[in-house]
Amino acid sequence: MREIFRRQPKFRPTSGGDDGRLQVPDDLWVKCPKCQELSYTKEHLRALRVCHRCGYHYRIPAIDRIAMLADEDSFTEWDNELRTADPLGFRVGDESYQDKAVSTASKAGIPEAVVSGLLAIGGRPLAVVVTDFAFMGASMGSVYGEKLTRACERAVEREIPLLTVSCSGGARMQEGLFSLLQMAKTTTALTRLGHARLPHFSLLTDPCYGGVTASYATVADVVMAEPGARIGFAGPRVIEQVTRQKLPEGFQTAEFLLEHGLIDTVVPRGDLLTTLAILIDFYQNARNPRPARETAPAELAHSTANGTSDAG
Amino acid sequence: MPANTTMTPWDRVTVARHPQRPRALDFVGDLCDDFIELHGDRQLSDDRALIGGVATFRGRSIMVLGNQKGRNTRENLERNFGMARPQGYRKALRLMRHAEKFRLPLINFIDIPGADPGPTSEEHGQAMAIADNIHALADLEVPTIAIVIGEGGSGGALALGVADRVLMLENSVYTVASPEASASILWKDATQAPAAAAAMRITAPELLDFELIDAIIAESPPAHEDTAKAIAATGDAIEQHLSELEDVLAGEYGLQTLLDLRYQKYRKIGRWQETSKP
Repeated sequence: MREIFRRQPKFRPTSGGDDGRLQVPDDLWVKCPKCQELSYTKEHLRALRVCHRCGYHYRIPAIDRIAMLADEDSFTEWDNELRTADPLGFRVGDESYQDKAVSTASKAGIPEAVVSGLLAIGGRPLAVVVTDFAFMGASMGSVYGEKLTRACERAVEREIPLLTVSCSGGARMQEGLFSLLQMAKTTTALTRLGHARLPHFSLLTDPCYGGVTASYATVADVVMAEPGARIGFAGPRVIEQVTRQKLPEGFQTAEFLLEHGLIDTVVPRGDLLTTLAILIDFYQNARNPRPARETAPAELAHSTANGTSDAG
Repeated sequence: MPANTTMTPWDRVTVARHPQRPRALDFVGDLCDDFIELHGDRQLSDDRALIGGVATFRGRSIMVLGNQKGRNTRENLERNFGMARPQGYRKALRLMRHAEKFRLPLINFIDIPGADPGPTSEEHGQAMAIADNIHALADLEVPTIAIVIGEGGSGGALALGVADRVLMLENSVYTVASPEASASILWKDATQAPAAAAAMRITAPELLDFELIDAIIAESPPAHEDTAKAIAATGDAIEQHLSELEDVLAGEYGLQTLLDLRYQKYRKIGRWQETSKP
């Protein structure tokens, strides 16, 4: 029996971003942004921040995602000392990119758009890279790419799987071509994981667009998405502007992608832990050249008697 | 270093988009013998915005891929203004594997304004198609050269752009988003495109300074004024870089070295700061 099935996910929320959507409410009630239903905050947190009425999956800070997944005290953060630089000397009007990054960091309470590290799920070690929309729309710049690449390399060293949980507005435009090429860098890093036959699990969360969807996040071995998450390359506003057509209801949702054969599965937040535990075990077993046989003595004796070798 | 330092970044954008600028098939036609175009992704259709095929280049058997723009409205409609669709990326992926099978060096000509913004391309998995190509190029077991000949627009460019050597024609531009899109996103004003073109550092000399590309192919004069000269210079650059890559491949553990060098090339891209560890 997997320990994981008996374990109630422990989730202690931490402080979130300050844009209201991400913030863990201080009040007694939260109002669903989709169906306006009120939920009692305690119930809401116990439900992993999924609306009990319409199933809307709230956007959550990276650190809350990690808290939902990790065994107690099992998370060790990696590379938290990396900070945004300003390779282009970029500014719009009075505000430099450097200033914007610093003020965003203090508002969002995190130094960059990615939190990475090592955690355990029911004792199974896992490298994780989780993005946080509160930091400049979780856009992919140099720090994002470097953290992901290092996490990938550490997963190879430790021979453990990699989980990426991605929401993103796309490239960090303020870093110009440096940001576009993070798509190449991160995807290239994944080839080493692949050569080591270590799995990359990718969970796409709302919203996931642009360079992230078009790179590491969708070349995973198992691509999952949260229900209702909007996922695509070009954003709906851009498409509507160019085509001057209204997009159909449900366009670019996780369910739309599933129907069009673009992702492997849609996983509700409450099922994620169990799904990951099963996947980790499955691919760990697959790495063994032959399965360990649990009830084989009689069978083995029979094979030997027939002069066939079944040992491996 | 080439001379045209008086041109502003926006001037270069204008030249990069010039209707008389040589197109991918012009390069292939001038530089290669016996080009056989290979069509189709074997799944959906043939994307006319992305061409590919086998050819002989100065005595070598190669695979070429290229974004193909038109020169007039009729051609541009046929070529979707050079914007590849998912079926184009999937054709490219098929031909990359073909190149690998027959050990053909891969030469990619990049000239794409940006990815196709239509809803059909989304339904057909444009993001996944681009990602698959980047992933394949990351460890494709043949020497690869990408040349930005006009516009290197965003993810669509990268789908052909992950290579052992990345070269740019002097007046080409390579962008994370077009100057117009950058202006409307960051300046909230599309008419600020010339300012965005400058701020985003999209020209070949700037990108060479950042070590994001490997070399610049001189255009004197701009390619649309002397097409033959620009194409010949491109041929010389391809030959030089291809010879160097062939030397790597010929060495001991040649293929592994080639792939390791490619890994390191992309591994080191990025600029960040480190605070002292807590």
